[in-house]
Amino acid sequence: MTDLVAGSIDAKRVAVASQWQLMWWAFRRHHLAMLGLVVVVILYVIAAVPGFFAINDPSRQNARAAFHPPQQVHWIDTAEDGSWRFSPYLHPYRLVRNPQTLAAEYQEDRTRKVGLTLFGRGYTYSVLGLFETDIHLFASSDPRQPLYLLGADRLGRCVWSRIMQGAQISLSVGLVGVILSLSIGVVLGGVSGYYGGKADFVIQRVIEFILSLPTIPIWLALAAALPQDWPAVTQYFMITLILSLTGWAQLARVVRGRFLSLRTEEFVTAARLDGASEARIIFRHMLPSFMSHIIASITLAIPAMILAETSLSFLGLGLQPPTISWGVLLREAQNIRSIATAPWLFAPGVAVVVAVMALNFLGDGLRDAADPYNK
Amino acid sequence: MLRFLVIRLVWMIPSLFAVSFLAFVLIQLPPGDYVTTYIATLAASNEVVDQNTAADLRNRFGLDQPLLIQYAKWISGILIAGDFGLSFEWQQPVSELIWERMALTLVLTVSTLIATWAIALPIGVYSAVKKYSVGDYIFTFFSFLGLAIPSFLLALVLMYVAAVQLGQEVGGLFSQDYVNAPWSFGKVLDLISHLWIPVIILAVSGTASLIRVMRANMLDELNKPYVTTARAKGLSEFRLLVKYPLRVALNPFISTIAWLLPNLVSGSIIVAIVLSLPTAGPMLLQSLMSQDMYLAGAFVLLICALTLVGALVSDILLALADPRIRLE
Repeated sequence: MTDLVAGSIDAKRVAVASQWQLMWWAFRRHHLAMLGLVVVVILYVIAAVPGFFAINDPSRQNARAAFHPPQQVHWIDTAEDGSWRFSPYLHPYRLVRNPQTLAAEYQEDRTRKVGLTLFGRGYTYSVLGLFETDIHLFASSDPRQPLYLLGADRLGRCVWSRIMQGAQISLSVGLVGVILSLSIGVVLGGVSGYYGGKADFVIQRVIEFILSLPTIPIWLALAAALPQDWPAVTQYFMITLILSLTGWAQLARVVRGRFLSLRTEEFVTAARLDGASEARIIFRHMLPSFMSHIIASITLAIPAMILAETSLSFLGLGLQPPTISWGVLLREAQNIRSIATAPWLFAPGVAVVVAVMALNFLGDGLRDAADPYNK
Repeated sequence: MLRFLVIRLVWMIPSLFAVSFLAFVLIQLPPGDYVTTYIATLAASNEVVDQNTAADLRNRFGLDQPLLIQYAKWISGILIAGDFGLSFEWQQPVSELIWERMALTLVLTVSTLIATWAIALPIGVYSAVKKYSVGDYIFTFFSFLGLAIPSFLLALVLMYVAAVQLGQEVGGLFSQDYVNAPWSFGKVLDLISHLWIPVIILAVSGTASLIRVMRANMLDELNKPYVTTARAKGLSEFRLLVKYPLRVALNPFISTIAWLLPNLVSGSIIVAIVLSLPTAGPMLLQSLMSQDMYLAGAFVLLICALTLVGALVSDILLALADPRIRLE
């Protein structure tokens, strides 16, 4: 009996729920997508304030820490009398000469401890360009003893902090690039799908043509034509522009398909007969009904952009150091000698894989949730 | 069928011209023309080019004329004489440098395509037939992972594992003895023994998406009445699968060549650079870095033409397999 009542209330809620509410309910059932959402939110928080999550200044070089190995965090601190408390610490490393090979090697100094303080103070950074602070999520309790959670690169720069900083560029390239390609895609796809006829034919051929081309050689050639001495911001926007030049075709196709299928719907005809202007028909009546689909396609387009930026920067034709992005960081792992001595230089690659997978899961879940016929 | 073929072939002409124009614009993009760059390179090695040679070169490529005439000269040189211009970095005609590399690129791409199919087909069918089984989840997980790993990263990790754990050099397509040797049966065998590493690396990302496609296609077909009918007739499960739903599900599989190929070629360029394979990739990157634009343009043109031809082949295969398409 109670079940029946609950069921009918549920049915009532479903009947009056908005499209977005229905989507959210459907989305919540998709566990992998929820996980993806959580990871994506965390990643974009990091991208917004990378300084807070970094430990050391990402551009600071330290000749005494070249290829410093990652340090292991110990969570429980035991005292000599056997008592213990929760207080994360690490053992610092020191450089010693190997008596046989005479090479400098890092050795863990088990007699000393450096505490890992939460919300401790470190280098000064600016938060979104609004104000400056020196509070970090983790900080070393001893300012003279830098911590290297993921080790250091060839120049002794902290890999962990550089990954955090790189998230800003790598993740925003995806967003900015997708917004650019969406603007082109919506205009061309919209014209193509809404008006049909000759415009549709021409735009369709152009889209097919672009989709049949391999993107990497074209990106490489375009990126090679950019002057290397441009300021970092200009370079960044040129690279995203280059990525969107081929990226819009996929989105335009989605938009066109939606327009085509909605064009003949009764509510659109009704609006037209009512004398609504074309802009009103498109933005008030048609756009809301395929907004959710577009958002899902955007989410699925972002990872492609991230991978593209990473590949270009890795090859040396994308963003240039000292700009920090995941692709730029992976250039450090380019030759076999570096990665043989310092396998932790692969860590930015792990960040790329995690970000791309999370966005893919999220996009997949959104796509399923946005489909009203999907049960 | 003939009508379809003719229309499709005629469509290739504007596409190829568009590609060639694109490649030409890319050549023109860097500041300064070919001859100024050429003179600058020679000046760097203390050689002086006299005015006459410079004027001759300018005349040969029509550099003092408007863009369209330059394009006409460039493209007619290619079409009539196979002349792609000069590479100033190598001091050789471009056409002498590219063909072997393009051939190896083609070999790599085609082998990867075959490998991708050979891996994706059975796994996709398995995932669909044993939907939501442990195996299906494992394959689904790996295909998402495969989609997320950039191919160059996979190549780097493989190189690391091979070099550090196994103590082996990975890279190149030939052993030391065969690098400069003329083509022979031994060299081909040597090529095959080196080819599988880049093929596997490249196949991973393509396989991941193909498995998804194959699984979805099979799932659509498996619930159709004709499958039930076949089962009711007492066909064994395996014969039933191969004889009916698989054949229908294969259809979109063929059409995937068209979008798989551009991705493959793109991926092969990066992987070839990481593994320093003697294919188009490393030389293209090198030529772009030093702004050796005729060489770069030739590569861009040929690589894009390769994918266009791939799309053509896939369309023709699809028309052969599915009568509905050629009647449209």
